[in-house]
Amino acid sequence: MSGWRTRLPAVTGHRLFWPVVVLVLLVAANAIYRPSFLTVEIKNGHLYGSLVDIVRLSAPLILVALGMTLVIATGGIDLSVGSVVAVSGAVACLHISRQPDQNSLGGVLVALAMAFGVSLLLGLWNGTLVAVIGIQPIIATLILMVAGRGLAQLITSGQIITINSDPYRMIGVGHVLTLPFAIVLALAVTLLVAVLTRRTALGMIVEAVGGNAEASRLAGIRARRITLLAYVVSAACAAVAGFMMTANVSSADGNAAGLWVELDAILAVVIGGTSLAGGRFYLGGTIVGALLIQTLTTSVYAMNIDPQTALLFKAMVVIAVCLVQAPAFRAKFRRRRATTGGPTAPTGEQRKEQVAA
Amino acid sequence: MRITGNTLTRRGFGAVLAAGLLATGLTACANSDTGDAGGAAGDDKIVLGFSQVGAESGWRTANTTSVKEAAAEAGIELKFDDAQQKQENQIRAIRNFIQQKVDVIAFSPVVESGWDTVLKEAKDAQIPVILTDRAVDSADKTLYKTFLGSDFVKEGRLSAEWLLEETKSATGPVNIVELQGTTGSAPANDRKKGFGEAIAANPNLKIIASQSGDFTRAGGKAVMEQFLKANPKIDVLFAHNDDMGLGALEAITAAGKVPGKDIKIITIDAVKDGMQALADGKFNFIAECSPLLGPQLMDLAKKVHAGEEVPARIETEETTFTQQTAKEALPNRKY
Repeated sequence: MSGWRTRLPAVTGHRLFWPVVVLVLLVAANAIYRPSFLTVEIKNGHLYGSLVDIVRLSAPLILVALGMTLVIATGGIDLSVGSVVAVSGAVACLHISRQPDQNSLGGVLVALAMAFGVSLLLGLWNGTLVAVIGIQPIIATLILMVAGRGLAQLITSGQIITINSDPYRMIGVGHVLTLPFAIVLALAVTLLVAVLTRRTALGMIVEAVGGNAEASRLAGIRARRITLLAYVVSAACAAVAGFMMTANVSSADGNAAGLWVELDAILAVVIGGTSLAGGRFYLGGTIVGALLIQTLTTSVYAMNIDPQTALLFKAMVVIAVCLVQAPAFRAKFRRRRATTGGPTAPTGEQRKEQVAA
Repeated sequence: MRITGNTLTRRGFGAVLAAGLLATGLTACANSDTGDAGGAAGDDKIVLGFSQVGAESGWRTANTTSVKEAAAEAGIELKFDDAQQKQENQIRAIRNFIQQKVDVIAFSPVVESGWDTVLKEAKDAQIPVILTDRAVDSADKTLYKTFLGSDFVKEGRLSAEWLLEETKSATGPVNIVELQGTTGSAPANDRKKGFGEAIAANPNLKIIASQSGDFTRAGGKAVMEQFLKANPKIDVLFAHNDDMGLGALEAITAAGKVPGKDIKIITIDAVKDGMQALADGKFNFIAECSPLLGPQLMDLAKKVHAGEEVPARIETEETTFTQQTAKEALPNRKY
């Protein structure tokens, strides 16, 4: 996104132009439906409003999608993130629920460390299956997607574990400097990943592995190790997302926590401009994608769209975004416009119709 | 990549095989409960084959425990199968029960449709079938003896009746928001219907917003956050289950309102956390949806085995709770 200023003339050609336009349109539609949607007030010493909710609730998705971006960049895919979310939340909440004093910071930290450790092991498992044994990523991670949710239910004994721990709640609903803690944490992790991949050669190496693993290996890159690392990072991100989701409601639900989040994450990555074929990846794009998806979900609630049609509404917006992003579709569109001789056709209007439909 | 394409496909094939093996291994474990067919028939003990949906919620685990305990108490030999939320597992389990010549088959259908063939097989083998908790949509009602389960419409109606009584003296409009269950599910449809029809009796009562919270706490919280911002005056929250209500509690508190006072909360289910909230004064009313249908199921199994006629539809024994009765009932709550 920082590239905007330097490439102002090419702004409409930027891969994030259309996702951002749709995001703005969605927020605008909400504001027209209910002007107070944009209101952000200070309540109990922190920011309060629908926009703040969107940002706070998108934090776990941003994290999961961040890990997913790296995995997809290596040419893989990680279907197991939803299950890792459930497992990490379950382990953390179970440990806290067994503490005599659930508010003790030490107990919470131990719980976080345990859950994080388990998640790293799960990531290592995925990475080993893909990078060492050579199973196709979609199958390798499918195993944990199914088994992991079972594991989470085993940990919670099929019950919802309710906890009452202020330090743990902080991760999901706490605030720092009036901002939701969750989004601060998510942005901090994003920054860390961005620095690690873009200020060192790591990012380029990941892209090289995704572009052609064999060629990069011959060029001296330890492709297997990079691939393995990507799955471990993905699981680590999912683990933190799991803390946020369970802390948000102070309970671990092995059956529902993180359900289908892998699909949202993949969508966020794709909207952000990263190709599923691997190679180039865009962290900023992923964040815009995640924000767009969360805005869509919150819009359904805020505009009180009938639940029966909500999925259709979401699908239409996503289709619109994907279509206008596809170069082939845009080329076809432009050509048709040229042949019909209407060079000034207001494409923006048509886009708006697509979204509003 | 291209050079090694062939090996890759072979590897991929191996992976699919491995995953397949893993899956069969898992189901084999799941079925081990029903393993030994042996002396199913023969002795006087009634043998009941029961196929459960899965273990997807605390409600369901309580349901399983109730069936197991009641069977032991009634001296019925129980063959228990966990379908892990898959219809094909359940159909296989029922076929196993038929082969083992159990006396009675009971099951909670994972989905509503697609049961005709296997139920016909059971009928041909002259094994009576009892549906528990969820119904099937078979046109042929003779395929099963009876359906034992909660009346979701009634649960919605009971919730509305409490509200009608509570708001009898209200002169102005009473704004209600509704948290629906999973879109299209029978409990969501029926509870909405029962509640909506009953509150029509008082024109002051109005549902100003209604959204799906997917029966989860996270869903209930996310929806309620937006309800609170969009509607400055909310008097009542009606949630289709306790969990969504519990999630909404957090949103209400964060908005600086007092749940149970500023906003009256009505939910359905009466699981332990919900009952605790009711006893603490955060909820105002719960219509019970009881999973403890084990004893009723065992009675029915005995009756149909003896060839007695039973009604085609039997409701689970259920009650309702106010803050006062919740305090009394809470210590003995099983789930």
